[in-house]
Amino acid sequence: MTGEPLNYFWLGKLSLESLPFVEFIKTPNSSTAIAAFAAAAVIGGAIGIVVLLTLFGKWRVFWREWLTTLDAKKIGIMYIVLALVMLIRAVIEAAFMRAQQMLAVNREGPLSAEHFGELFTTHGTIMIFFMAMPFLIGLINVVMPLQIGARDVKFPLLNAISLALTAAGAVLVMISLVIGEFSTGGWSGYPPFTELAFNPGAGVDYWIWAVTLSSIGNTLTGINFAVTIYKLRAPGMTWFRMPLFSWTALCTSILIIFAMMPLTVATLMLALDRYAGFHFFTNALGGNMMNYANLFWLFGHPEVYIVILPAFGVFSEVFSTFSGKRLYGYHSLVFATIAITVLSFGVWLHHFFTMGQSANLNAAFGIATMLIGVPTGVKVYDWLLTMVRGRVRFTTPMLFSIMFAITFVIGGLSGVLLANPPIDFAVHNSLFLVAHFHNMLIPGTLFGMFAAYNVWFPKMFGFRLSEKWGRISFWFWSFGFYLAFMPLYALGLMGAMRRTVQWFEPQYLPWLLVAFSGAVLISLGLISQVIQLWVSIRNRDDLRAPGGDPWDGRSLEWSVSAPPPEYNFAVIPEVHDRDAFTWMKQHGISYTAPNEYQDIPMPKNSVVAPLIGFLATMLGFALTWHIWWLTIVSFLVILGTVIARSFCRDTEKIIPASQVRQEHEQWLARVKGLIPTARADETTSENQGLAEVAS
Amino acid sequence: MNQRSNRLRHPGINMGHIDSATDEAAESLLFGFWIFLMSDLVLFALLFANYAAQSQHGTAGGPTPSSLFELKNPFIETMLLLASSFTIGLAALALKYRQDRARLVFWLAVTFVLGTGFIYLEVHDFVDMTSKGHGPQTSGFLSAFFLLVGMHGIHVCSGLIWLIVMMVQVFVFGLERDVKTRLMRLAIFWHMLDVVWIGIFTFVYLFGAA
Repeated sequence: MTGEPLNYFWLGKLSLESLPFVEFIKTPNSSTAIAAFAAAAVIGGAIGIVVLLTLFGKWRVFWREWLTTLDAKKIGIMYIVLALVMLIRAVIEAAFMRAQQMLAVNREGPLSAEHFGELFTTHGTIMIFFMAMPFLIGLINVVMPLQIGARDVKFPLLNAISLALTAAGAVLVMISLVIGEFSTGGWSGYPPFTELAFNPGAGVDYWIWAVTLSSIGNTLTGINFAVTIYKLRAPGMTWFRMPLFSWTALCTSILIIFAMMPLTVATLMLALDRYAGFHFFTNALGGNMMNYANLFWLFGHPEVYIVILPAFGVFSEVFSTFSGKRLYGYHSLVFATIAITVLSFGVWLHHFFTMGQSANLNAAFGIATMLIGVPTGVKVYDWLLTMVRGRVRFTTPMLFSIMFAITFVIGGLSGVLLANPPIDFAVHNSLFLVAHFHNMLIPGTLFGMFAAYNVWFPKMFGFRLSEKWGRISFWFWSFGFYLAFMPLYALGLMGAMRRTVQWFEPQYLPWLLVAFSGAVLISLGLISQVIQLWVSIRNRDDLRAPGGDPWDGRSLEWSVSAPPPEYNFAVIPEVHDRDAFTWMKQHGISYTAPNEYQDIPMPKNSVVAPLIGFLATMLGFALTWHIWWLTIVSFLVILGTVIARSFCRDTEKIIPASQVRQEHEQWLARVKGLIPTARADETTSENQGLAEVAS
Repeated sequence: MNQRSNRLRHPGINMGHIDSATDEAAESLLFGFWIFLMSDLVLFALLFANYAAQSQHGTAGGPTPSSLFELKNPFIETMLLLASSFTIGLAALALKYRQDRARLVFWLAVTFVLGTGFIYLEVHDFVDMTSKGHGPQTSGFLSAFFLLVGMHGIHVCSGLIWLIVMMVQVFVFGLERDVKTRLMRLAIFWHMLDVVWIGIFTFVYLFGAA
């Protein structure tokens, strides 16, 4: 008798049945087999990492150089690694969904409806919160401080804590594969379906805490980036000399500061409904799910621009660099970015045109939505005109950017269609909508991030990525995208609704087959990126670019070694022009030693961030399974950690001027030994990161 | 007097001509904290909006604002919080003009006591309402009420913890730069809580009881 309450005290709602293996043994079928296999993959992956770290004796390095570091560049790289791992999982899930829909015409597919629901929920949740967000935040961490001539972000520890919280959220999503299940409520988690009455399991709770942790982390990041850009720009870096990527980083940060909170509020209110019997979004006693819809999309729509603006920044840099030209229409691009930032807060209602507000209200939001097409259109023209009369080099990042420009316009057009409330009434919640937003987010965010990955990889690691495999991945991704998503437009117009587990319309089948073949190509694209990384690491000696400027870059990040020193700049540069580094090269003052070096204070490593990450994971897990003692303990320890840290006064180290001098002079000597590369040879092993100065 | 020291470079008290090094350090710290407060105010804006909707449409036939709210305790709470904002202002002045730890800690302690009194009354009211069957589980309106007012209460509690930490740090570290900039941030945090409470007192209590 006493066994059960005791178990509940220590383990909450956890039981053996929470393990997918047990479920597979009890009811063996294709769906539970896949679930058990996925769980085994997660466990295998975790064990694999531990074994590898132990085998190569890298635990100390891992701890000292990575987990406890406060260096923005390394934090950025960890963000990107997290994003890539989660990308792999989410693409596999997408392939499974395509397979399911293709196989489930007039019969049952391999997956149960519940399992399919989990797949589309994790796919969306991961792609937005644990792929797109970490990828772009990581990229901003690596690039932005260098671009504005800063040594670091303003709050390095906060930066590490943000990463830890995001990682904790991602870990929760991964744990949900092994213990229990994930939400089936879609990435938007609409109540009342996600309320206790309809969803009593742990799935929605996993979703709530994973999303909440990551959104708190993101809010802190937004504050950090905004302060960095406002306060830490190098002398001479006026607003209108700031590279466009940093502009988009600023606008994204502002969006994050304002837009993350509605999500946190929505998930916390949903949590109160579920845990404490409140009535915010329930069906009974005055709850109203429309409040959730408003809160969620008050976040959700700006979120679209949070993930797309940094990609716009990347494309601006890529078009300019790989056309060997100054960016066309710089001011219009800046103002278009600001306009998008402002407008993005005025359109959230178009996510639920059909949910009962008056026609006039719908019309107002429809018009606001169409207005966003204007600044976006300005941007596309600016990018095209940047290429005009440039010496365009079709490298991997440029290919991704051009494919983006073409594809994004198609997606934008279908978006203008959807902005019409009457049309939206006809196609809302159909695969037409799914096609539309994938048509924006894949070429926009994802291709932007891939372009950035190829451009800035040599800056992060000191060697370039294989161009051959980069191009192969590009073609797979591009054809894969068109094959996978163009059929969904047709299917949507034929009446196929999103998130459907089984069809009874045989005429869907040909389109579903094509879409599946697209998913296969996309998977091949992802595999070629893994091969690209592998091949590049193996051939790193041929690909090395120690000069740090492999693409004849135009902004300050290319003016330092690759990888850059911890303190970024031996001496903070003075900025004279919008294309700061190009100006330095043209005036012959790049790669010059300064008259004197100074001591540089940098933040010391700290265990606070990994500790908080671990505790936050525990907290989320304990809340999900109602393990109250662990909830209280982990919360109190987090609080105690923060307070204890405020008493820690030994947080800075001084890098002596002599060391800075030695490192910088060593690099300068190395650069002297390099042969400048012509742009035509930039993808060959000739390219060691010293660009020929164009006259 | 040089002009630079007179220019206010950040929200909160201006330490410019007293301690320019702290002023320098405070510039981006307080700016960052100011931005954090902005994001925190978005939280309260949303809770206010949610309360506005649910106090009208979410009463579910149960109690309504006018049938429930009495002004006595909220009014005392308002006075306590306003007074505490004044005393933390006096603490800030002690920090700025006198290098007097005892005076500073005294005003911080008074602020703490007033804040604790506020929390005591609030918890007392919450318990009272719940015991009369008007807990947050009663209706959407009461859920929204408890969340809005409770969220403010949680903020006040974190302010109280922060006050304790700072009193300890004043004794342990003395009035060094980190302690000063932290106190400056604590002060604007405390004032923000006051502003939010004025909103709550007006829109929830005065509006509701009318």
